[in-house]
Amino acid sequence: MSTVKTRPAKRPAKPRTSVNQPTRGYRVFQGVNGVILTGVVVLTLYPFLNIVARSFSGEREIRSGEVTLWPKGFDLTTYRIVINDGTFWRSYGNTVFYTVVATAVAMILTTCYAYVLSKKDLKGRGFLVGVAVFTMFFSGGLIPNYVLVTSLDLKNSVWAIALPNAISVFNLLVMKAFFESLPRELEEAAEIDGLSTYGILLRVVLPLSKAVVATMILFYSVSFWNSWFQAFLYMDRTDLMPVTVYLRNIIAGATGASNAGATTEQGTQVAASIQAVTIVLTSLPILCVYPFVQRYFVSGVMLGAVKG
Amino acid sequence: MSTSTTSAPPPGTQDPPPTKTTGGAKRPSARRSWRRALRRDWQLYSLVILPLLFFLVFRYLPMVGNVIAFRRFEPGGSILGEQWVGLRYVRMFLSDPTFWQVFRNTLWLGLLTLVFCFPIPIVLALLLNEVRRTALKRFVQSVSYLPHFLSIVIVAGITMQMLATDGPVNHVLGWFGHDPIRFIQEPEWFRTVYVGSEIWQTAGWGTILYLAALTTIDDDLYEAARIDGANRWQQIWHVTLPGIRPTMITLLILNIGTFMAVGFEKILLLYNPLTYPTADVVSTYLYRAGVESNSFSYAAAIGLFEAVIGLVLITSANQLSRRTVGTSLW
Repeated sequence: MSTVKTRPAKRPAKPRTSVNQPTRGYRVFQGVNGVILTGVVVLTLYPFLNIVARSFSGEREIRSGEVTLWPKGFDLTTYRIVINDGTFWRSYGNTVFYTVVATAVAMILTTCYAYVLSKKDLKGRGFLVGVAVFTMFFSGGLIPNYVLVTSLDLKNSVWAIALPNAISVFNLLVMKAFFESLPRELEEAAEIDGLSTYGILLRVVLPLSKAVVATMILFYSVSFWNSWFQAFLYMDRTDLMPVTVYLRNIIAGATGASNAGATTEQGTQVAASIQAVTIVLTSLPILCVYPFVQRYFVSGVMLGAVKG
Repeated sequence: MSTSTTSAPPPGTQDPPPTKTTGGAKRPSARRSWRRALRRDWQLYSLVILPLLFFLVFRYLPMVGNVIAFRRFEPGGSILGEQWVGLRYVRMFLSDPTFWQVFRNTLWLGLLTLVFCFPIPIVLALLLNEVRRTALKRFVQSVSYLPHFLSIVIVAGITMQMLATDGPVNHVLGWFGHDPIRFIQEPEWFRTVYVGSEIWQTAGWGTILYLAALTTIDDDLYEAARIDGANRWQQIWHVTLPGIRPTMITLLILNIGTFMAVGFEKILLLYNPLTYPTADVVSTYLYRAGVESNSFSYAAAIGLFEAVIGLVLITSANQLSRRTVGTSLW
């Protein structure tokens, strides 16, 4: 986004016009390009807008396929059904709780490790980097992980979600790169002033790193907010499931109903509009913060790609 | 920081693991310098204890835990299994017809994903790069990233809604006088559905790295090309594409490495028994065998097989690209 600068940033577009007048062919290309990119925008946005329109539409209108971008036969019954469903709100609350706890754990562990890795002349640093990076290419696999979490007795607790994914190596490398870019003189001065390593980290480094800390909190919280499989695996009880699992159950239930045949067409349709409403309500928080946060993601990804 | 004043360790001594007493440090000087490093930087080392414990328990222990593929595991027993059974479980899945079916499906889906999902971000990035109006460019980018931020469950839900018999896609087909297609229930449609939703979800996000790479290409190269009389296409062919080649190759190697691990979560959400013939892949099969049917050792053997293939693929892709084009991940 804003970080992806176009080339003419440092040099005005002068050379393009003087050396090479845009030819007719290039102008045609620009037109075609515009059409293609408009197509991309439409294809990406349409499914969303359609779901939103469906969620406000009446059953009959959805079934006849009249709903496109605008609700037809405005109807809030489904919203009322979902909003009055205690399970939905409980799972929403669970999602918030899991996200907060897991993000906190992840931030503490990632910050500590990234800070140590940023000390270029620390003995054993190469080994510590290797320990982390190796796990990007090889992992234990689903079954050993499942057996491990089960035998650690983490099932049905928030730790089953928070602990197994406490450090994302990608985030770790982004944070390490940021710490490495801080001026060392500040830390040396703080050391001379008698601060311990912990003191330096907490009172000097972290206050200077608000940008990267905020970005990392964002990365982790969005990924924990969106995750479903951990909870699906390890949460047996309905009252513990996050909203993603709730949504998944509704989708799975709906396919079951549509498999059952045409006799329950009415039932399928209700399920479809419930799906639409749940999709809208579940993605709402992400959609609300999206315009404000996406540029941090983009710059974070590029930082990781360049320096990782 | 604290270490800068004292002599830095010579480059060769960085390798031994940071265990102070039993570590591999044979030479007394190396051991002494470890002792000194620990005394000087013990606070730093203390910060890595918890993260190291995390890697040990949740990343390396499961790797070791794969031995249950060769040992009989009993639920509630040791996570490393009860007794050696050799290659029994490996033989079991090699002679299992379902395994070969899911293996073929994995290769198919992996191949289709690679063929379609790898080049599209490159093309999209090149097209975006030709847009001169910044506002328009930003808008297109913001919109195309959007699906990446949604939970995979939401993506699956949207996919199913779009492709439902009364959904928009079938509605459009109706305009052309086509009968509705039950995309989600027909095995022959699964691959299209999967790859399509994968493109929808990942194409925009995939352009980020290419756009970043495009900004690093030196303007002088374009100018020189123009003075030499290159037109737009020739500039793209001779300047832009070589400029982003390292990024392309890196991402290609990574894609090949994850070839076998095709979108496990998405398939789990999108498939159903009707579409198993084309949708069931190695990872979903081992999920059902392991977690749903409790055959942990059998599933672990399949998982290990999958991981080894992945490792072989990524290593050989890396080697190949190092030999042929001189770019590699390590």
